[in-house]
Amino acid sequence: MKYLYLVWSNLKRAKMRTSLTLLSIIVAFMLFGYLGAIKQAFNQGIDVAGLDRLIVRHKVSLIQLLPASYESQMEQIEGVDDAVHQTWFGGVYQKPSNFFAQLPVEPEEYLEMFPELLLTDEEKEAWFNTRTGAIAGRKTADRFGWKVGDRIPINATIWPRKGGERTWEFDLVGIYDGAEKGTDTTQFLFRFDYFDEARQNGQGLVGWYTVRIKDPERAAEVAAAIDSRFANSSSETKAEPEGAFLQGFANQVGDIGFIMMSIIAAVFFTILLVAGNTMAYAVRERTNELAVLKAIGFTDRGVMGLVLGESLVLAGLGGAVGLLLAWLLVSLGDPSNGSLPVFYIPARDFIIGTVLIAAVALVAGILPAMQAQRLRIADALRR
Amino acid sequence: MTQGSGDLVQIKNVDKVFKRGSEEIHVLGGLDLTIPDGEFLALMGPSGSGKSTLLNLIGGLDRPSQGSVEVGGENIDQLSDRRLAAWRARHVGLVFQFYNLMPVLTAQKNVELPLLLTHLSRAERKKRAAIALDIVGLSHRNHHFPRTLSGGEQQRVGIARAIVTDPTLLLCDEPTGDLDRKSGDEILDLLQALNREQGKTIVMVTHDIHAAARASRTLYLNKGRLSTELEE
Ligand SMILES: Nc1ncnc2c1ncn2[C@@H]1O[C@H](COP(=O)(O)OP(=O)(O)OP(=O)(O)O)[C@@H](O)[C@H]1O
Ligand SMILES: [Mg+2]
Repeated sequence: MKYLYLVWSNLKRAKMRTSLTLLSIIVAFMLFGYLGAIKQAFNQGIDVAGLDRLIVRHKVSLIQLLPASYESQMEQIEGVDDAVHQTWFGGVYQKPSNFFAQLPVEPEEYLEMFPELLLTDEEKEAWFNTRTGAIAGRKTADRFGWKVGDRIPINATIWPRKGGERTWEFDLVGIYDGAEKGTDTTQFLFRFDYFDEARQNGQGLVGWYTVRIKDPERAAEVAAAIDSRFANSSSETKAEPEGAFLQGFANQVGDIGFIMMSIIAAVFFTILLVAGNTMAYAVRERTNELAVLKAIGFTDRGVMGLVLGESLVLAGLGGAVGLLLAWLLVSLGDPSNGSLPVFYIPARDFIIGTVLIAAVALVAGILPAMQAQRLRIADALRR
Repeated sequence: MTQGSGDLVQIKNVDKVFKRGSEEIHVLGGLDLTIPDGEFLALMGPSGSGKSTLLNLIGGLDRPSQGSVEVGGENIDQLSDRRLAAWRARHVGLVFQFYNLMPVLTAQKNVELPLLLTHLSRAERKKRAAIALDIVGLSHRNHHFPRTLSGGEQQRVGIARAIVTDPTLLLCDEPTGDLDRKSGDEILDLLQALNREQGKTIVMVTHDIHAAARASRTLYLNKGRLSTELEE
């Protein structure tokens, strides 16, 4: 600790250079944190996906529908605990940019399958008893200022009502919260029985199934059993773990993770050059002073430590401020105004950030530090 | 290091060879030197004769190519780099021609620097640095940065830094070489006082006969050897 003053004084020597280096490190870590939150939004749910849940969809594509009768058939398969279906409604609320997912579901079964959706008992009761009732996630409700009791009109793009009417009206009977930080609270859920009866066509067809299995260890086995049960039928299935399904969904947008990693890698490569250059100068300019430190009794390693310490203070300060700014920016809200299902920097990214700080410090500082360590007093003092 | 009478430094049959590429430069050859405890020794000799090299060997800043360097009963040429660094911190104070102060640190912090290597508390370090600055007559310049001090004042800070750990041996390489006559005389007064009143053993390299006159003995280095006479 007593050496920190020395390290700090040395950093203050070239104020402009230190500030610019610090600034570039701050920007890099800010970008890292912010992109981390965006990546998390696209990969939403993968971290919190139930290990005991499978997604069963049409073998050809997610757009192809499956019979609603598969539900009871699947529930008879060995190892399957429960199955619920969902369908993509794809309606528009007021204007197309107000995007959020709307799904017709069987309320009771659905809430049982997804215990992470939290409703009060009164809200549940109201939903079970109101045919046109719907519930919305907290994020979407807040986004549009909805309150329980509101009537929400949604324009169908895929599913018109009988007679061709496109506007569906729902009564908001509940607003659910997420049990975990990663829980999607943007969904709008309404009753399948109402939907199925009122829609113009497609009766008896659903989008996909979520299946809970008894033993997560046997997920692959049960998935294979489901697919073989419907093999050679008119609607063959593809069953996979929820996590894998969500990953595949995210990948449709492009490999977000890869794009982000590329950007971050390029940015970090640049700051390594900047920080490395700063550290190289810091040692070159001070050859004489470092030799004097050795002359008065600092060890080779001690001087090496001082240089690395400088690098660490630079990276640590820049990294900490950068991550803090990213966190502030992210808590101000997502850039799409609320369409992203979740928007936060996952704890994992803070840990990776800390590791990156150490890595930047080491990579930028190691060569100059070794140069300082090897400096011979008698040679250096003659210059 | 033991105080009192006796020999503090004993250099026996020392060679020092520098390699510059394939070329070998023989600077010191078969050099012997004994410095009694409490002596103020002046080293003179033409430029390039190896005065600084010899001083570096005595202070453990460099190692002889051959021969032994014993200081205070310790064969310092045998010590590992790490131990040698610790030994320097404890026993040697260095004063340079161009002061070699840290420009980013105040006078006070410059003087404290060698104390960072000790286990002294922050308060104790501060106190000792203040005492050292007082001894060199600079207590009113504690918080000044080197660039705001005159050459003579900077050299006093340098001396304060050299004595703050209370070493037995002070090695000064042309301490007045960069100063005008008056400032130089003040520095010499100071060194003389440290020698007489505090019993510091001092080895001072100088080109100035007036400076050498302050010492208790003067030796001349020429062609790798020491002598008591300046020979041409
Ligand atoms: N580290 C070194 N590497 C190579 N050669 C060196 C080194 N140190 C000294 N020399 C050579 O050794 C010789 C003596 O150098 P030294 O600095 O000891 O002389 P000096 O008597 O102190 O001279 P000056 O009065 O100019 O300070 C010179 O020829 C110098 O070039
Ligand atoms: Mg010299």
